[in-house]
Amino acid sequence: MAGARGLALKRPSAIPGFGLALGFTLTYLSLIVLIPLGGLVLKSATLGLAGFLEVVTGPRTLAALRLSFLTALIAAVVNAVFGVIIAWVLIRYRFPGRRLLDAFVDLPFALPTAVAGIALTALYAPNGWMGSWLEPLGIKVAYTPIGITVALVFIGLPFVVRTVQPVLEEFDRELEEASATLGASRSQTVFMVMLPTLMPAILTGFALALARAVGEYGSVIFIAGNMPFKSEIAPLLIIIRLEEFSYAQAAAIGTAMLLISFAILMFVHLVQAWSRKRFGQ
Amino acid sequence: MTDAAIAPLLVSDPRPRAVTTEQPQVRYVLIGVAVIFLVVFLFLPLASVFVEAFSAGLGAYFASITEPDAVSAIKLTLLIAAIAVPANVIFGLAASWTIAKFEFPGKSLLNSLIDLPFSVSPVISGLIYVLLFGAQGYLGPLLKSENIQIIFALPGMVLATIFVTFPFVARELVPLMQEQGTQDEEAALSLGASGWKTFFKVTLPNIRWALLYGVVLCNARAMGEFGAVSVVSGHIRGKTNTMPLHVEILYNEYNFAAAFAVASLLALLASSLSSSRSLWNGAMPTRLPHRAATSRPRRKPWTLGCKMRSTRPPAVRGRCRGRRGGKSRCGSLSRMSCGPMV
Repeated sequence: MAGARGLALKRPSAIPGFGLALGFTLTYLSLIVLIPLGGLVLKSATLGLAGFLEVVTGPRTLAALRLSFLTALIAAVVNAVFGVIIAWVLIRYRFPGRRLLDAFVDLPFALPTAVAGIALTALYAPNGWMGSWLEPLGIKVAYTPIGITVALVFIGLPFVVRTVQPVLEEFDRELEEASATLGASRSQTVFMVMLPTLMPAILTGFALALARAVGEYGSVIFIAGNMPFKSEIAPLLIIIRLEEFSYAQAAAIGTAMLLISFAILMFVHLVQAWSRKRFGQ
Repeated sequence: MTDAAIAPLLVSDPRPRAVTTEQPQVRYVLIGVAVIFLVVFLFLPLASVFVEAFSAGLGAYFASITEPDAVSAIKLTLLIAAIAVPANVIFGLAASWTIAKFEFPGKSLLNSLIDLPFSVSPVISGLIYVLLFGAQGYLGPLLKSENIQIIFALPGMVLATIFVTFPFVARELVPLMQEQGTQDEEAALSLGASGWKTFFKVTLPNIRWALLYGVVLCNARAMGEFGAVSVVSGHIRGKTNTMPLHVEILYNEYNFAAAFAVASLLALLASSLSSSRSLWNGAMPTRLPHRAATSRPRRKPWTLGCKMRSTRPPAVRGRCRGRRGGKSRCGSLSRMSCGPMV
């Protein structure tokens, strides 16, 4: 059987339908995802390398890309920290309202981004519930990069919580007991025994939240203010270029965003693989 | 440790505390932090939607959701979801069947490619179809001569929605079907069932909860998608406006109460979905043969791309995999005896 592996497309199996299922999957995947994405890269290639770089390193594009990635990074870090705390609290402690909180975590998955956007704007506008309270402290949230970060924290939170939760749930309490038996304090157990084991999950959640936040559009445009060079995110710039019928430029910015996102995902993937090898799991 | 070092420990902590939890003060602080964070970042935005929606009174609320443009937006949203969701369900079933039931080269690549749309900005998801089917796109001249309109019309909006919701069903099904293995299907086939019969009578019942959850998630995202649909829709009021786009238009016209009224419908859908997830956990029939496996997607770890196996070591799974009912016990047993580090 093992000898046939190199020749045959798949390992022999009694289950039927391989050809049909694989064929349909590949056709659908190609038509919906691969060919259109290829078209994007092709379109930006019409600019040539020099033209592509000129568009991507233009001051306005650069400012938009920097803003998108910087705010996404800050939001993902906030989510990683608070997401782990929330996952911890939801799994380890019992308190009234826990189930309700647990259900709430999924909200940003389900809530349409435009709804989240207008709700957050209403909340953090100078006359909103949070805004009227933060304004006297001198903190302006709506229509500034802080507002963008707040929106990105909102949409990214469930990624971290839902990635860490299952791993924490299956965490072997015997390890904690062993650590305590060997004389470790509770904080030593948490930070030196548990956290390294949770690290791959935290990183995955971080990466997913980051990837989602970089491309986010709907929840951000309402709260951002959309001032060029100040609070204009990269996806909005794509739309602006598209409305100017500069298709190739829009494609170039899109391609740049995709490349940077994939680079980030790749990096996190490598860190994850390293941390798996280093700490087990 | 000397006796002198142990003595104060015994005295200072008269009530024995489980070594696997924190001190009460730490616990209260952590619970407080989590609750405040969730209230500020999740609960307040949701609450504000409903408060703003009813700020102009009940009459205005119903007027703004029954006005013709709003009704046509609701209809269009439902229509798009009704096309996009079944398409992705069929794809999800085919993809998970391919990935979970067979071994073939390039499998992990295929598995990662399915996740690709997750990491693509919604704006780019719309852009790629404009580049392909738009008036200046690759297929633009051809479509124009055939008098077919895709961009700024229903087909483009459906395509963009399908792209954005592409991985949802497959993502729910693949890990579950991989965990369930092929034994049930092999048994059905060896007893003489046809391939389709095996699929409908054996596989489908095994995955029904995960499938349902995938459909619900996919549907929620399909109805709420904004960025991608916004790029391809053209914003023709009463014609190519979905509910989220209608919300945007109303909001930009400073018609806040109406915007929030339409938004509250979407928010209602979303909050009922996110609460249903935890309700299902309680309401799931306890005598379900695959309970352990079927309830799994609730806490399914999100993974990057191609993590193919569950966290449980394969040897243990193989050893104690027996008849259907044994599965849940098997899971907890292996965890108890070996732990995740094995």
